[in-house]
Amino acid sequence: MSESTAAMASRSKLMGRRLVNQESILGVTLLLIVFVLSFMSDRFFTPGNLLNITRFFVEIALVALPMTLIIISAGIDLSVGSTFGWSAVMLGYAWQVWGLPLPVAIGVCLATGAVAGLFNGWLIAKVKVPPLIATLATLAIYRGMALGISQARPVSGYPDWFEFFGQGALGPVPTQFALWILLSIVVMIFLARTPWGRYIYAIGSNMQAARFSGVPVDKITLAMYAFSGFMASLAAFIFVSRVTTTRADAGTGLELDVIAAVVLGGTSIYGGEGSILGTVLGVIIIALLRNGLSLAGIRGDATVVVIGTVLILAVFLNRQLRGVEGGAR
Amino acid sequence: MSRAKLFKLMGLFAILVLLFTACAAPAAPPSAEQPSGEPAAEQPAAEAPAEEAAMTTDIELPDGWDAGWTKGAPDKAGQPITVFDIPKLIGIDYFNATFQGMQEAADELGNVSVTQDGPTEGRVDRQIEFIDNFITQGADAIVFASNDPVAIAPVLEKALANGIRVIGYDADAEPQARQFFVNQATFEAIGKALVDSMVAQVGEDAEVAIVTSSLTAPNQNAWIAEMTKYRDANFPNLKFVDTRPSEEDQNLAFSVTQDLLLAYPNLAGVFGLSSVAFPGAAEAVQQAGRCGEVAVVGLSTPNVMRPFVKSGCVKDVVLWNPVDLGYATIYAVRAVVDGTLVPGATEFEAGRLGTLEVKGSEILLGPPFIYDETNIDDFNF
Repeated sequence: MSESTAAMASRSKLMGRRLVNQESILGVTLLLIVFVLSFMSDRFFTPGNLLNITRFFVEIALVALPMTLIIISAGIDLSVGSTFGWSAVMLGYAWQVWGLPLPVAIGVCLATGAVAGLFNGWLIAKVKVPPLIATLATLAIYRGMALGISQARPVSGYPDWFEFFGQGALGPVPTQFALWILLSIVVMIFLARTPWGRYIYAIGSNMQAARFSGVPVDKITLAMYAFSGFMASLAAFIFVSRVTTTRADAGTGLELDVIAAVVLGGTSIYGGEGSILGTVLGVIIIALLRNGLSLAGIRGDATVVVIGTVLILAVFLNRQLRGVEGGAR
Repeated sequence: MSRAKLFKLMGLFAILVLLFTACAAPAAPPSAEQPSGEPAAEQPAAEAPAEEAAMTTDIELPDGWDAGWTKGAPDKAGQPITVFDIPKLIGIDYFNATFQGMQEAADELGNVSVTQDGPTEGRVDRQIEFIDNFITQGADAIVFASNDPVAIAPVLEKALANGIRVIGYDADAEPQARQFFVNQATFEAIGKALVDSMVAQVGEDAEVAIVTSSLTAPNQNAWIAEMTKYRDANFPNLKFVDTRPSEEDQNLAFSVTQDLLLAYPNLAGVFGLSSVAFPGAAEAVQQAGRCGEVAVVGLSTPNVMRPFVKSGCVKDVVLWNPVDLGYATIYAVRAVVDGTLVPGATEFEAGRLGTLEVKGSEILLGPPFIYDETNIDDFNF
């Protein structure tokens, strides 16, 4: 990402890389959306509603954090929805069929996700299967595990304390939202301020060059996909706690919601470019649109169309406003 | 805004959040029973244990009442109300038909407006999100067909706690999460209608076989049990010679029916007990050239069965009428709001459908609807 001052000098100051970056475009979009939606429904811009909708996007938002890292490294993880479903099933299965105590079952759920992610990483880093194909295959495999183990029978009847993670709150802040904020900050600092974070950009920009420069490409790849699987299982755990039942079809299509949020957040699908802040804004914009349009009485099928249009507009605006540099990506 | 500035902002925000959560944490230990429902409405955290007692239902519930009831619902008897309909998914013929019935009822009543919204795929997590939005929007009543009876329960209980009337139709939730459920067809009524249709076509003295979905499917097994009970009491010479699974697979239903036709040369009829087993069985009989000789009776939708009814291979299709189902649901909402339908009621007036029976917290739509040559073109689902 060169700060080509010569090219920038010919443009107005507003067009500079520093000022018109993806995050500020998204910030303005966010404000615009909030303004329009509050105009459309007086119930939208209330603390109660805004805090409440955080419950519905945190599961997507948690998985979007590792997905941002993976996409920056020019990879992709399509298996997150299936990992989510499989981990959820393991939680219910370990608790009800194996008769393990619930905290241990939660551990089994998280371990399942980490192992599933590690397997993805192994396929990509060691067996050298392209990420798209490797995770497309495990998307099918992990969903098959979920359906096979559960026999499509839901598990419910969780104790009341278990509901804390998905339905409880710390003061007025939903538990899972607080957790997400914390994790977002950790991942943001990791990506922007640590050598490994910078290596991820290097891998995404030019993997061969990164390898020759001594970047531990395989280790980072393994770690990223394992992290992705782990976060999918963490999201699954929160989901089970929120809906108090385990279903084998949980998380179907999650990967698309997650990738949409990450791409809306300005992470380049070709790798080498992106930020956690962008992803955070992307997640929030989609969530606000879904909630706000619904409150304004716009039907679910129309809402999907609006979100798709916003996605295209955001990418288009990004390329236009950032000129040649953005257009290259 | 520069990156550094943004970081500073985020950092500040993080500190705020941390401070906030640190302060709030002792008041709400994770092990304590956390009241579900929106935290913003109940400010004093210390009063959490007393909440159960303070939040009583609007009317005293009689013993043996298994369903829930609203808390603090405004009295809107005779006044205009807004109803939100959340089907399993939107954009399919079946739920367009239920909604058509709802609008018909709303037009007749004049003081009900009904809006339908829901997920574009049958996912319960999306349904929960929609219902939460309906609560925020200030609905007077919510009617639902759930994708998962357990998962949908907490958000419906939240609606009840906010004084919103909740009534189910088509697919129930856990009883305590709604006030009434409009049951489109009891197992007993379906079993009776199926056997009656078969006897009308093959007589009382005949051999018939059953093509079910899977051998563990709860609905199908309940229907078979009711069919057997009704047969034993009324037509003891009607023999059920075999029951074969078809696993919700139309091709499998087709091939097991072919096997049945070969295995039992005297077979006079086949029951197809799922929306795919029925057309599969009918197709097998039709291809064997034994239409009219072997009767096919079952449950499915008019659109699927129309070609077989038109060709005469199938005389009638047993199901309920989704338009009536939606119609009755809206009348039930009005009656609950007006206070004329209360726990313990045994019947209620549902417009053109007349008096419907109420059993506990379930409203019975009545005998199944029979689609045949004369009326099947009036329906599109």
